[in-house]
Amino acid sequence: MTQHLIVIGAGMATGRMLETLVENGADYDITLINGEPRGNYNRIMLSPVLSGEKTYAEIVTHDDAWYADNSVTTRFGCFVEAVDRAAKTVTLTTGEVLGYDKLVFGTGSNPFMIPLPGHDLDGVIAYRDLEDTEKMMGLGPDHKCVVIGGGLLGLEAAAGMAARGVDVTVVHIMGHLMERQLDEAAGYLLRKALVDKGITVKCAANSKEILGEDGHVRALLLDDGTELPCDLLVMAVGIRPNVKLAQDAGLAVGKGIHVDDQMLTSDADVLAVGECVEHDGAIFGLVAPLYDQAKVAAKTLMGQTDAFVQKELSTKLKVTGCDLFSAGDFADGDGREDIVFRDPARGVYRRLVLQNNVVIGAVMYGDTADSNWFFGLIRDKTDIADMRDTLIFGPAYQGGTPLDPLAAVAALPRDAEICGCNGICKGQIEDAIAAGASDLGAIKATTKASASCGTCTGLVEQVLAVTLGDDFVVPAAASMCGCTDMTHEDVRRMIKSRRLTSMPAVWQECGWKTPDGCHSCRPALNFYLLADWPLEYQDDPQSRFINERKHANIQKDGTYSVVPRMWGGITTPKELRAIADAADKYMVPTVKVTGGQRIDLLGVRGEDLPAIWKDLNDAGMVSGYAYSKGLRTVKTCVGTDHCRFGTQDSTGLGIKLEQTLHGAWTPHKLKLAVSGCPRNCAEATCKDIGVVCVDSGYQISIGGAAGMDVKETELLCQVATEDDAILVIKAVTQLYRENAKYLDRIYKWMAKVGLDWIKERVEADRDALVERFELSQTIYRHDPWADHVAKQTERYQPLANLSLEAAE
Amino acid sequence: MTDWIDIAALDDVPARGARMVKTALGCVAVFRTADDQVFALDNACPHKAGPLAEGIVHGTSVTCPLHNWVISLETGEAQGADEGRVATYPARVDGGRILLDRTFLQARPTSGAAA
Repeated sequence: MTQHLIVIGAGMATGRMLETLVENGADYDITLINGEPRGNYNRIMLSPVLSGEKTYAEIVTHDDAWYADNSVTTRFGCFVEAVDRAAKTVTLTTGEVLGYDKLVFGTGSNPFMIPLPGHDLDGVIAYRDLEDTEKMMGLGPDHKCVVIGGGLLGLEAAAGMAARGVDVTVVHIMGHLMERQLDEAAGYLLRKALVDKGITVKCAANSKEILGEDGHVRALLLDDGTELPCDLLVMAVGIRPNVKLAQDAGLAVGKGIHVDDQMLTSDADVLAVGECVEHDGAIFGLVAPLYDQAKVAAKTLMGQTDAFVQKELSTKLKVTGCDLFSAGDFADGDGREDIVFRDPARGVYRRLVLQNNVVIGAVMYGDTADSNWFFGLIRDKTDIADMRDTLIFGPAYQGGTPLDPLAAVAALPRDAEICGCNGICKGQIEDAIAAGASDLGAIKATTKASASCGTCTGLVEQVLAVTLGDDFVVPAAASMCGCTDMTHEDVRRMIKSRRLTSMPAVWQECGWKTPDGCHSCRPALNFYLLADWPLEYQDDPQSRFINERKHANIQKDGTYSVVPRMWGGITTPKELRAIADAADKYMVPTVKVTGGQRIDLLGVRGEDLPAIWKDLNDAGMVSGYAYSKGLRTVKTCVGTDHCRFGTQDSTGLGIKLEQTLHGAWTPHKLKLAVSGCPRNCAEATCKDIGVVCVDSGYQISIGGAAGMDVKETELLCQVATEDDAILVIKAVTQLYRENAKYLDRIYKWMAKVGLDWIKERVEADRDALVERFELSQTIYRHDPWADHVAKQTERYQPLANLSLEAAE
Repeated sequence: MTDWIDIAALDDVPARGARMVKTALGCVAVFRTADDQVFALDNACPHKAGPLAEGIVHGTSVTCPLHNWVISLETGEAQGADEGRVATYPARVDGGRILLDRTFLQARPTSGAAA
């Protein structure tokens, strides 16, 4: 006798299951119930409908005629109110009661709505069905929309609306887009492509509240106070299996409806397929496993044996112009190796993760033509040992030529400045080569490029190599570290000329060979980025050496030394008492007077740092930055205040300099001194920057050292007033910040660029340099101790203390 | 047999960073990589016992803050030309929480000063 089958939900999975049943002539009387007032359509093609590349009619998978031809009774636009498993009936919201022999749940999933204040306002929607899509399609060029969620669905929604001319902003809580499928580098490229499409992307952004007006959404308010005005707000932050009906019916339910390998629920006459199920702890959001489930469920219904097996999954983003693919597992791990291919000019990125000569993960961006081939290698666990050398180039390039390391230079535009000293652009060098220059000497002679300071020599050679090809061999230059073939100078130039404002951007555009750099390049990049882009780039503590991360100097036993600032070396009885009290209270074993006229408290426990800082802060003292690649101290003599030889107020100038320069990060430590007369008691002529006061004004000299190398400063200029002295010192500090290699003291930098060049630049660009210095100081001139005391004291404590538990 | 104990939220440790856990048998450093893997190692470099929890984390390695030895978070082995090994302990993330294995923590040899 023909049995009665009821299917709840017309989605991707049940649609495929019905097809399989019908094709195999299964002996069932089928009734299909759907809450949406329509039958099965291809839900994953809603994005092309939204962007206008397809119409709804084109994505319908089963129309009325199909249901009629195959004797499927339909109940569309009504919901199931209850399932009575004992009586084997379902009750519809219309009051109709239908009996079943077999029941299939295909109730899908519900979009997760973040319960922000205002989430129930009109104009706040999910992206789930045709109704949502139509609301988004109703927007036009004069509308604004905010999408919360930078995952697959949110980005498809954003791109679809942007294609319709809507002003779209994507707000994503994580640091890069699609973090579940992509690594940072691919996330960076994706972001760049979306920004090029006119979409505003805000990562690491926390939504706080949805603001409304007359019951309709008006704007999204972020944690940092930013208001993003919008006419429509789309939440695409995730889905949850829709299990309520199954739960009410008493079926076993966890995250989803529990099913076994045959797709049977805890009731042998009830099956479940699709996004509503939980199989072996996993839930499902992509279509491939749903189709597998549908096939298995159909076979189970037909009394045949089959089993659902979870397989490797891959993801593709359906956004025109953003070719993106990810599959498998691409986390770093034990015994895993990376093969990375970057072609920044074409925006191509490929990363393969290998383990035991098998590809276990792949991320591809920009050119995904070979994605199926790579996916096949993952799925089939193919041994790739024999083709490892050329694997990354894909199936067509086995035995092809190796990657060109000069791609980054080739990608520089013609107007990119190569030689900063002489203002020579790449185009001028190319023209000189076209006119017959074929080596560095000829370029120097005809264009002056690299004829002054020489730091761009490597770059000029690379332009020669790119332009002349095999006719020119680049002399080997020391690369920044093992992560890249580029030198510090090359990387810095790329950061400026290509406007790279984040570390993943540098890693991508400069062809980093490691996923996230190393202890050598990360601190350098962090400095270059914050020095060149003070407003755009946010300082990364995790890329700083411990001293700068914890604002104290680590000692050999893991304790720290704490040095409060004493402006210009001047202190007071009150400050000295506070220092003495702190030394007692925190049992500081050693109190030492430093060469820079400060008091050093040595041997403070890491956990006590915030507390001792608080005590010192309370007495009016701030961090002395004694740990920093930044301004350390301005040492002074007593000058005209007390000394019978003093010519100017050296103490006063020292204090002013320290107050204006403090907090500035520099390529290496920066020590200053101001002496009140040429007797030079403050030893200003062995400092990075020294001032010697004379009757007629201030002699400013730079490039001294009294460490591994001992150097006397060389005169930069003499100025008449204290104000001019301060401006010149700010300007030369900024020039050093903008141009020197990380970990070069001023004397080393000066040896490379020449004192003459520094003099010229400071004279010609003084005001602009000072302006850029001051802009940076609006961010960095502050007391990190007070910040850490206020916001992150817990980071200084152990994560947990298990020492009180008895050791068995 | 494993005896997983809940230590803290994953977010309590910064990505590419580490925090220290005190135990009766010395300190353990808990690391979090850029891709949210966690590792637990003795908080003492094999070279001069530098506190590894204060190092720079890159890939699945940490660089000791005292003398730049690079230690694999996966094996505890010193990388490159340096030789030495740090004890590693089972660690995992579940539901946004960091879990360590009590059995292992208690079974290890005394490596630091007992509290």
